[in-house]
Amino acid sequence: MKKFLIALLFAPVLALAAGGNVHLDKWPGSVSDKAALQNGAKLFVNYCLNCHGASYMRYQNLKDLGLTEQQVKDNLMFASDKIGGLMAVAARSDEQKQWFGATPPDLTIIARARGELGNAGAGADWLYTYLRTFYQDNKRPTGWNNVAFEAVGMPHILWELQGTQVMNHETHKLELAVPGKMSPAEYDKAISDLVGFMVWMGEPQQEFRRKLGFGVLAFLFVLFLLAYALKKNYWKDIH
Amino acid sequence: MAGGTYEKYKSDGSIGGNVLEWVDARFPATSMWRGHLSEYYAPKNFNFWYFFGSLAMLVLVIQIVTGIFLTMHYKPDAALNANGVPIAFASVEYIMRDVPGGWLIRYMHSTGASAFFIVVYLHMFRGLIYGSYRKPRELTWLFGVGIFLVLMGEAFFGYLLPWGQMSYWGAQVIVNLFGAIPVIGNDLSILIRGDFVVGDATLNRFFSFHVIAFPLILLGLVAAHILALHETGSNNPDGIEIKANKDENGIPRDGIPFHPYYSVKDIVGVVVFLMVFSAVLFWAPEGAGMFLETPNFYPADPLKTPPHIAPVWYFTPYYSILRAVVWNFFGLDAKFWGVVAMGASVVIFAFLPWLDRSPVKSIRYRGPITKVMITLFVICFFILGYLGTQSPSPMGELVSQICTVFYFGFFLAMPWWSRMDKFKPVPERVTMK
Repeated sequence: MKKFLIALLFAPVLALAAGGNVHLDKWPGSVSDKAALQNGAKLFVNYCLNCHGASYMRYQNLKDLGLTEQQVKDNLMFASDKIGGLMAVAARSDEQKQWFGATPPDLTIIARARGELGNAGAGADWLYTYLRTFYQDNKRPTGWNNVAFEAVGMPHILWELQGTQVMNHETHKLELAVPGKMSPAEYDKAISDLVGFMVWMGEPQQEFRRKLGFGVLAFLFVLFLLAYALKKNYWKDIH
Repeated sequence: MAGGTYEKYKSDGSIGGNVLEWVDARFPATSMWRGHLSEYYAPKNFNFWYFFGSLAMLVLVIQIVTGIFLTMHYKPDAALNANGVPIAFASVEYIMRDVPGGWLIRYMHSTGASAFFIVVYLHMFRGLIYGSYRKPRELTWLFGVGIFLVLMGEAFFGYLLPWGQMSYWGAQVIVNLFGAIPVIGNDLSILIRGDFVVGDATLNRFFSFHVIAFPLILLGLVAAHILALHETGSNNPDGIEIKANKDENGIPRDGIPFHPYYSVKDIVGVVVFLMVFSAVLFWAPEGAGMFLETPNFYPADPLKTPPHIAPVWYFTPYYSILRAVVWNFFGLDAKFWGVVAMGASVVIFAFLPWLDRSPVKSIRYRGPITKVMITLFVICFFILGYLGTQSPSPMGELVSQICTVFYFGFFLAMPWWSRMDKFKPVPERVTMK
């Protein structure tokens, strides 16, 4: 009986402890910041789309970021000339598997897939942490390793921007050994924008969905008042 | 009263009246309207718990209507498209992005699945606390248990269709359970899958079950459930028969016509339900990873087993019971007994009308033993549900075993504890609390 009570008390605690992971930095951005999303889109098509597809997404939907069709065509379309086309990757997946050991995953809904039970927003935090914690590791075939994704197959594509980080094995902290084109603050902002774009791309209509929710709830509230008054009126003689 | 005979409609000479008279001479329109709505007498003391039957009907309609539109765009095809993504998975994202209003329809359907189980669990709990399954409503209860079983199948088949990682591996795990049955198990699981692993054949047959076979059975059982209910009349929070006290016209003194009284009352319930439903749908459609599980945003990959496979929340209590059984009996594998325990934990609800020996129906007139037992049962159900979402652990296993024992003890010892209780006198007439 005692064992039972103890088990009952500690079950949730143990379950939580079992999920102990890397500490994730909170993504500081927002999907309503159009300028940030545009910058994120630019980074995405320049750096990510070469190997990763975003194959559920159409180029024309990028117009929702506040761009004209011509702006999308001029600035964001390198792999396709069809505005209605999918943001697919040109490289073949079997070839990529040879190069990296695994096919780079499609990124359209990666921010949603990286969410956690009880915290759907954890996907953005994970991406924000992952893209900022690459460090040099000569034991890896690519020369790169990652704090959030141990033994990752992807090399640090943004190293020119961030510079080269190394792991201090005494403090277990990353140190910037060679500075990049961007200052750490600029790099963090760029990554925040890039993550923002991926969060937005995971569900492009999400802002509209949340706004529509207020309208629907307001309508239902009025309907509730009417329905309640109707019920009261019909039931006034029932005791 | 249902099944009674009513006078046929007589036209007042207007065109509408003539049409109705013509129809009523050929179809029981008047008798159905009066027998099931305007002269179906329901107890006047229904409380909060009595909203969930009509809400379950509402969710059923939501699921059928949204399902029709999803079927227009969804493709049950496990082959890879030009971008290396399974066509079924890509077609769900196509619905979410390219079909006008598709995201709304899809979220209504995915939120509706969880809402269905929430209202059905509350509806069943109502039956449990007010003894609604007791004589003469045993058949209503049995049809209800049938609905619950079919609903579980419906949800299981539907969950495979998005063809995400959790869809795939969840189906793999559950179908493999049938393999634990001695002698026929292996062939049976191959028969269910249509292949040696979950694959395109499985996806296609699950699609067929999900959109045709099970909805048809479900609708038939719902009709039987309501017909049986209207034959006996509804129970109520006092657990007394209103038909025992009728006025000179043969109408129960504590009864009021379902329409308009409960139709207008249920509209209030529907609106409140839709407010909660919409809040989830528009502001948290993933239900914090409970309604749409995050691993299901990765397409199914038969070569990559996820580190932790858990069923959707509404199956987790039974999944916990399955995992709690770790002993081999009679030379048969623990896995087999786990499957037996899991099946029994659902089917055992069907025996409630005969397990409950209390002289009164409603919890209002039953004593502390009933209240403690039902409370502990609900707590066990929640703990089992919680543990089913978690990875296996020694402590979790022990707790789930204790809860499993209590779960079955609650039912199997009911013939004794339900009689031992202290009871209060039951009033002659219903009370308006």
